[in-house]
Amino acid sequence: MITFSKQQLKIPKLQRPVYLVTAGQSKFDRAFPDKRTEELCIDSFTMAAQLLEISPAELKTYIHSCYYGHFADHFGDQLLGESVIHDRLGLDPLGNIGVKTGGATGGSTIWEGMKAVASGYSDCVLVMGWERMDEVPTDEGNFLISCAADKDWESPLGHIYTGYYAVMAQRYWQIFGKSEDSFRRTLAEISVKHHGYARFNPYAQAPMDITVDDVLNSPVVAYPLRALDCCLMSVGAACTILCDEDTAVKLTKNSKNKPLRLWTSAGTHTLRPADRMDMDIPLLPNETADQYKDLGERFPGGDRYPGFTGFLAARVAAHYAYGMAGITDPTEDLDVVELHDAFTISDVQTYEDIGIRPYGEGRTYVESGDCYHTNPNTGQPGKLPSNISGGLIGCMHSVGATGIMQTFEIASHIWNRWEEFHGDENIWNKFNRQKPKDWTNLQVVGAKRGMAISHAGVGSHVTSTILMDPDHLINKDA
Amino acid sequence: MSMFGQVFVKNNQYKLKGDFHHMTPNMPIRNADDEWKLLGVTNPRAMTYMHSYGGEAVFFESLSQGKLMASRCDNSDCNITGTIYMPFRIHCPDCLAKNSVFDLTDIAKKSATIHTFMECQRSGAFNLLDKPIKFINIEFDGVATILMSYLVVGTPKFGMKVVPIFKTTGPTYTILDLAWVEEGTKEEQLPEGFSF
Ligand SMILES: [Zn+2]
Repeated sequence: MITFSKQQLKIPKLQRPVYLVTAGQSKFDRAFPDKRTEELCIDSFTMAAQLLEISPAELKTYIHSCYYGHFADHFGDQLLGESVIHDRLGLDPLGNIGVKTGGATGGSTIWEGMKAVASGYSDCVLVMGWERMDEVPTDEGNFLISCAADKDWESPLGHIYTGYYAVMAQRYWQIFGKSEDSFRRTLAEISVKHHGYARFNPYAQAPMDITVDDVLNSPVVAYPLRALDCCLMSVGAACTILCDEDTAVKLTKNSKNKPLRLWTSAGTHTLRPADRMDMDIPLLPNETADQYKDLGERFPGGDRYPGFTGFLAARVAAHYAYGMAGITDPTEDLDVVELHDAFTISDVQTYEDIGIRPYGEGRTYVESGDCYHTNPNTGQPGKLPSNISGGLIGCMHSVGATGIMQTFEIASHIWNRWEEFHGDENIWNKFNRQKPKDWTNLQVVGAKRGMAISHAGVGSHVTSTILMDPDHLINKDA
Repeated sequence: MSMFGQVFVKNNQYKLKGDFHHMTPNMPIRNADDEWKLLGVTNPRAMTYMHSYGGEAVFFESLSQGKLMASRCDNSDCNITGTIYMPFRIHCPDCLAKNSVFDLTDIAKKSATIHTFMECQRSGAFNLLDKPIKFINIEFDGVATILMSYLVVGTPKFGMKVVPIFKTTGPTYTILDLAWVEEGTKEEQLPEGFSF
């Protein structure tokens, strides 16, 4: 049985508040045969400057250090790619560092930038992420992705990452989903929702107007997961600017962007799921040990924690982030979330890991309608809308940029600028994409607090980024 | 005439023979929709690496001899002394002492059961396994962890008893030398080169 010390579980304390003032992103797509990565990065940076109503050159004068998220060097066959982008952005001789934590790279990069501002090292930092996954064909791409598993013990087994992931999905599907058709349909609903929301996002790569049956009839990748249950493989870039309070006030002087308080935390767990050892479930503030006493009776086989069904890294990241931001119940305290829907089933697992629902009951977040912008059961606003961007299934998974894209989405709701960023005809035209006739404004009305979860591989790294309107903090001393 | 790269170690130095890379020309990538203008170039690459198994070498060597070696922390001062690891861990993750090598073959033959599994229709480049690949994750009596491997005979389900087989003829000295079959499988049903 694994245990953790009090020091290890200490709630992090920032030396001073950190603010997010702007963000930007490129178009996301499967391939950009006509663009270099730096062009996409410059697109995202230019957008971040535009939202502040200043020029890129002026924004650069505030930046003191840079944090670059880019996971898979081997896809682009370029080491020190961060240095290439840094130079093309004209940011030398400022210090920069590359961050690589698989699918969580975007979130981890924000984590690094936050610490630089919180510690006083920098008053203003650039956090930027990108990924280039179009430089090899799909088979070779699968091989390169499988290199993120253990190279001696796992990767030679088919060189197919989905397979390493899907064994966990199988376990969850049989134990907590009880292999029920109704649960399978709930999973399919998540894909319908995310591809559907992507239709209203001009940046998104996979807008689709589909039904639950379309998902259930899509090709099997690894049963019960089908093609439409899986995230995208993408190219694109995203960035954000973090600063201290004085700089935040200066930078937003002429902008509709309000500086937002930001907290990011991180957790990890074994690269190989094989190495996970038993432990008691670490509890979040809205849980009690009693409620899990009979978990193994309600869900036979479900009492091994985290086993192959829970993500300890996500739970621990939530523990730190909720502690920092004063959150006691995410469903009550937050207004909007972006979760790491690498697969429909891992989306459900995450609801439980981060305390939106107790372990074993993740499906009810979908079935209740709480996760929708508009609850399909009641026609009223969803209680905690998730993945309005379309998520990794509908919008993109351009690995190093993903966590930053999610954070941008959350900010756009809190700024009450979602409609402007997603509905503007000029953006649709610039990307050569058709704005749907039934385009709908998915602004979460009155959103003041939100969270983005960034997650790597089979759960090796997870970050939680919480954003709040500073006039709506839960804990005034946070 | 090219020859596969081969390596041995003498006096703690790698000694190399043969070709460790292959040359292929770069080719232009052109735009069929815009007068075949240049967009980019292909960059071929085929290269052989040299990789040390370090303290895990005993595990991979043993597979070729029909044995499944685990490791165990025997440090009496450790919080979790006696814990057995499969996958093999060179050092205890708690006290960081060097683990003892522990022969798990008999325990595996008697107690291996499927914790979870997946049939995968797809693979990546360089895959050597037949598709669909039946991934299985295996529990053993008294072992703290759950090994990932693959099933070659039988239809996987939770709790199913399986037994290890080993590529003792023509071993690859990789994790692929270990596979599993459903309990009761006969010797003649095993894939070429494998034995119990
Ligand atoms: Zn030990």
